Amino acid sequence: MTIKQLSVFLENKSGRINEVTKVLGENGINMHAFSMAETTDFGILRLIVSDVDKAVEVLRAKNFAVVLTDVVCICCPNVAGALAKILDKLAAHQIFIEYMYAFAQGDQANIVIRPSDLAECLKWLAEEDCRVLGDQQL
Amino acid sequence: MIWNKNKECMSRDELRDLQGKRLHKLVDLVYHNTPFYREKMQEMDLLPDDIRTIDDIVKLPFTTKADLRDNYPMGLVAAPMTEIVRIHASSGTTGNPTIVGYTYRDLEIWKEVTARALTAYGVTRGDIVSVGYGYGLFTGGLGAHYGVEHLGATVLPTSTGNTEKHIRLLRDLGVTGLACTPSYALYLAEALNKQGLTGADLKLRIGAFGAEPWTENMRREIEERLGIQAYNIYGLSEIMGPGVAYECGCKNGSHIAEDHFYPEIINPETGEVLPLGQEGELVLTTLTKTGMPLLRYRTKDLTTLMPGTCDCGRTSVRFTRILGRSDDMLIIRGINVFPSQVEAVILEIPEIAPRYMLVVDRKNNLDTLEVQVELRPDSFSDDMGSMLALKRKLSDRLKSVLSISAEVKLVEPNSLPRSEGKSTRVIDKRVLA
Ligand SMILES: [Zn+2]
Repeated sequence: MTIKQLSVFLENKSGRINEVTKVLGENGINMHAFSMAETTDFGILRLIVSDVDKAVEVLRAKNFAVVLTDVVCICCPNVAGALAKILDKLAAHQIFIEYMYAFAQGDQANIVIRPSDLAECLKWLAEEDCRVLGDQQL
Repeated sequence: MIWNKNKECMSRDELRDLQGKRLHKLVDLVYHNTPFYREKMQEMDLLPDDIRTIDDIVKLPFTTKADLRDNYPMGLVAAPMTEIVRIHASSGTTGNPTIVGYTYRDLEIWKEVTARALTAYGVTRGDIVSVGYGYGLFTGGLGAHYGVEHLGATVLPTSTGNTEKHIRLLRDLGVTGLACTPSYALYLAEALNKQGLTGADLKLRIGAFGAEPWTENMRREIEERLGIQAYNIYGLSEIMGPGVAYECGCKNGSHIAEDHFYPEIINPETGEVLPLGQEGELVLTTLTKTGMPLLRYRTKDLTTLMPGTCDCGRTSVRFTRILGRSDDMLIIRGINVFPSQVEAVILEIPEIAPRYMLVVDRKNNLDTLEVQVELRPDSFSDDMGSMLALKRKLSDRLKSVLSISAEVKLVEPNSLPRSEGKSTRVIDKRVLA
C-alpha cells in the first residue's frame, strides 16, 4: 500500500511556498506534511495533502509544474528508537531511502519514505509486520 | 560538380558587366512599377539612367525590413497581381508579417540557384533528399523541394513534425540527402540514438542546413553523429529563400549566386560601404527578380566577403560563416554571442519550453551569462538527480556552441515574458566604465 505524494517545482525566490499554501488553503485542502529539497536556483516541494487530485488541479491552474509520486507511509509508535528499528531492517534488505520526512499524529509517528525499490520495500515491511498507511487512513 | 559552369565560373569582368546591365534594368523596373522606390529616387534626384554600371549601385537607397512592414502587405510588389503566382510570408517577431510575391520567372530562378547549391554539395539525380524544413508560408520547405526536383533527384517532402516516421522513411527508402535546420539534424541524431540506432544505420551522406545560425562545432557534431558531409545553405525570404548562397566541397565560405543577388558589406552604424574583406552587414540586391525586387536590402547578417577564385573553380564571391544579426550581438568575455545560438540549443532539448532570457552581468571584472529557461510542466520530475542532469545537459550544449560557459537557471513554467524581440530576451546589467 502506498500514498500519493504531490511534488511541486519551485524557483528559489521569496513568496513561492506561500503561494502554494495559499492556493491549497483557499481550496480547503489540508497539508499533513511537507519537505523541501533545494538547489541554488530551484527546489522540489513535496507534500502530503488531504485531497491530492484537487490539489493537482488547482496548482496546475496556477501554472505550477506538479507531479505525483508513490511513496510509503510507515506508521510507528511515537517512542524513541521505533523508527531506527524499522530503518535498520530495510537497510538489511538492501533497500535505500532516497528521501524521507515525518509527521506526528497524536501518539503515533508517520514516516514518509521514497525507497529505491518500492515493491521490495513494501514486501519487507509486510514481512516485518510494520504498519503502512494508505491514502484513506490519513 | 557544378550545375551552371557558365554563370558560377564566369570571369569577374564578364560578371560585373552582366551585373551592371541587370542592375540598370532592375532600376528601370522599380522606378516605373514601385511607387516606394520612385519616391525615394526622386528625393535623391536620381533617374534610372543614372545607374549604368554595377559601381553606380552605391547611389541607390537602402531597403530595410521596416520598409517591408510599412508597405504591408504588397506595397513593394512591382508586378501586377496577374503575374504573381506565389506568396510567402515570414512571421515577424513584432508587427506585420513580411509578405513576398513571386512571379513564375522568380520561381524558375529560385529552382536554378537551389539546384546549384545541391550540386555543389554533391547531390546528383541518383539521390533521394528528405526535405525536413517546414512546408508552408516559410520559404525553406518549398524552396528546397523544387530545387531537388529541378535537379532531377528524388524529393521526400517530410516537412517538420513526426520524427519517428521520418526516421523510418530514412531507413526504409535509403534516403541519401537531408535538408533541414541544423538543430533539427541534431534532434534527429538524438532520436536515432534513443531507438538504439546511429548514423551508420542510415544511408545519409549529404546534409544541407540553414535557416538559423550554426557553428563549426555543430557541423562537426552533425557530421559525426549522422555520418554525413554537412553544408551551409543561405537564404532569406525577402530576397528569395534558400539558395541565395551555398557552400561547396571546400567548406570555406558560402558562394553567392552573384548573377542574381549582388552583395555589399556595409558598416551597420553608418551605412558606409566597406572595402572587400572587412566585416560588416550583408546587403543584397535582387538583380533579376520581377515579383518583388529589392534594392540594397539590409539583411542584418554580419559577415565578411572573401574575394578570389575558390579551389572548387567557382569565381563567385563567398562570405564567411554568419553567426548572427547585427542588432542582436552581445560581446561577453570578448566573444560574440548571439541570442539565436542560445535559441538553437534550447530547441534541441524537448524538456524545455522554447523561450529564454539572457542575463548578462559583470562580477569581479568578469562578464557572466545566465540563461534562464522554462521547464515544461510535463517534464518535471520528483527525482532531483534527473532535474540536475537536465541542467547539466543544457549547460554542456551551451558551452560547446557558444564557446563560453553559461549559468543555467531553471524557472517555473510560464514565468518568462511571452513577447519576443531583443529588449525582452536580453538583460544587460553591465555598467560599462
Ligand atoms: Zn567553392
